[in-house]
Amino acid sequence: MSETILRVENLTMHYTTRAGIVSAVDDVSFTLDEGESLGLVGESGCGKTSVANSLLKLLADNAVIKGGQIRFKGTDFVPLSEEEMRPYRWRNISMVFQAAMNSLNPVYRVGDQIIEALETHLGLYSHAQARQRVTELFTMVGLDPALMDQYPHEYSGGMRQRAVIAMALSCNPDLVIADEPTTALDVIVQDALLRQLKTLQEMIGMSMIYISHDIAVIAEVSDRIGVMYAGKLVELASADEIFHHPVHPYTVALMSAFPSVTGPKRELQTLAGEPPNLLYPPSGCRFHPRCPFATEICRQQEPEFKDHGGGHYAACWHPQEVTA
Amino acid sequence: MTSSEALVRVEGLRKLFPLNAGFLRAPTSFIHAVDGLDFAIAPGESLGLVGESGSGKTTTGKLLVRLLDITAGHVFMQFDGQVLDVARLQRSDSKTFRRKVQMIFQDPYESLNPRRTIFDTIAEPLQVQNIGNVLDQQERVAELLNLVGLSPPSTYLFRFPHELSGGQRQRVAIARALVINPAFVIADEPTSMLDVSIRTSIMQLMQNLGTQLGVTYLYITHDLAVARYMSTRLAVMYLGKIVEMGATEEVLQRPQHPYTKALLSAVPVPDPRWTRTPVEIKGGISKPIDPVPRCRFYDRCPLAAKVCEDNDHPPLEDKGSEHYVACYRV
Repeated sequence: MSETILRVENLTMHYTTRAGIVSAVDDVSFTLDEGESLGLVGESGCGKTSVANSLLKLLADNAVIKGGQIRFKGTDFVPLSEEEMRPYRWRNISMVFQAAMNSLNPVYRVGDQIIEALETHLGLYSHAQARQRVTELFTMVGLDPALMDQYPHEYSGGMRQRAVIAMALSCNPDLVIADEPTTALDVIVQDALLRQLKTLQEMIGMSMIYISHDIAVIAEVSDRIGVMYAGKLVELASADEIFHHPVHPYTVALMSAFPSVTGPKRELQTLAGEPPNLLYPPSGCRFHPRCPFATEICRQQEPEFKDHGGGHYAACWHPQEVTA
Repeated sequence: MTSSEALVRVEGLRKLFPLNAGFLRAPTSFIHAVDGLDFAIAPGESLGLVGESGSGKTTTGKLLVRLLDITAGHVFMQFDGQVLDVARLQRSDSKTFRRKVQMIFQDPYESLNPRRTIFDTIAEPLQVQNIGNVLDQQERVAELLNLVGLSPPSTYLFRFPHELSGGQRQRVAIARALVINPAFVIADEPTSMLDVSIRTSIMQLMQNLGTQLGVTYLYITHDLAVARYMSTRLAVMYLGKIVEMGATEEVLQRPQHPYTKALLSAVPVPDPRWTRTPVEIKGGISKPIDPVPRCRFYDRCPLAAKVCEDNDHPPLEDKGSEHYVACYRV
């Protein structure tokens, strides 16, 4: 059993808007082991990106962490100031964002931007050493090192995303958070990038949190999977358990609504209704208005997020016995 | 299908976009966005047009609704025994064409006018076509809202797009496309902006309405898994060419063109126990700027040989049971 490097407990984060308070992340708990890859999956607005941003405390002005702990190697991030957070960002935890074009500055050469990251966070490189390190990084992510003196617009979408990954790996972080890194890419490019990420993760032994709305992509990259719905983590288990023995009715619905090109063509199931407006979250279980198994208790009391055996966590009053 | 039965028949369709053209300066080169397409769609059928971004699938869709002018080739459509030559529409035929052919766009946030109510949006085609009086139109709009699952209609009629969710907006867009009983609907990635749980219901809605109202679809998507559910036949595009075409399950289960094979093996599978066959091709799709007269896929093809380099792009040939493949090496 490897060491737990990240322990998130009862994390709650609110956005204050003109219309009221939006509870984007509500009482979310999970752990992450060294070298492990955790997939967070859910639909837009379920709070998966808000969780990621909270971990590094990269929050918008109207966002505030209301409670809980984010323990990274024993240090709780929640009470830390901006100044105290800075050494952890990028050196310990780095992030890959969805829009690669926006993560790169268009007027600087790609290599120079990575050198800047190295100098800011590590500060001990000579220029020649830094270029040597960039060459290493480019090779690692499958980019020709000769491209380091080119500008972002000269890169294709897939190459840019590789450069952003190189930048995220530049300071040898313990944990990389990847937020929809392949969503804007075509499947063939996405496939190459996913393989590269998996190889790198095993090679460096880093931990990874991979966020996506696409359960097929999540299935490919994750050891364990957390399913989010309306700001809540509703189920957390190994990838195999999530796909073959889902417990929460939302996870079941998500699986049976997802089309696949392989295997027999099965009937896709629809899930009635739409996700709730988090300004006015439903009482009790947040999924109850759409849940086919909802009863009185679901409307009144929030189910506890508990272990259903063998580290398979779910928050549901009527856990399903599904074998797929 | 014989050509007289087809609802839509496309012959040698081409669209070139000039590059570097200026005042009194002829263009120096062209992007061959759509480069010689031949296909037909039978009434009641749904043809899925799949490919990566830049393959020319959206341009094809726009050519078929005349949002873009056709550079060369023919598009024939047959409605109630009347054949229209879409590239050379007469003024008198133009109205028929607009009534029979409709389009549904990808982004329901962009495709609806934010300052018009749902009623105005859906009734507009009726007003343009002068169909019925105001009362008839109100009745028809209410009927359509019920059909697309926005009921009771009275709660939606006078709302604005910003008051609706993405899924509801796409339902409005579908109602608007179907309000004048079109025979042929071109849907360009209608579900790719929607979340999984909403997407399935829109896919089923389009299928049910298609059967119920006898609509023929051209369904454009980059997502092969979605295309599997939405189309009876599939056409795979690569750099302006159709490289493979056939019955959907036939193409997905027995792909023959090396590009289709690569595309299929790159699609992630929602099952951690599944091991995919590795993708054999390298690099990304380029732009078809003045392409060399040889197979478009030559540079990335694992099977590329001398015959592929020396000859023009291979013709789309029937390899049995209407499974068409454009490849010298199959």
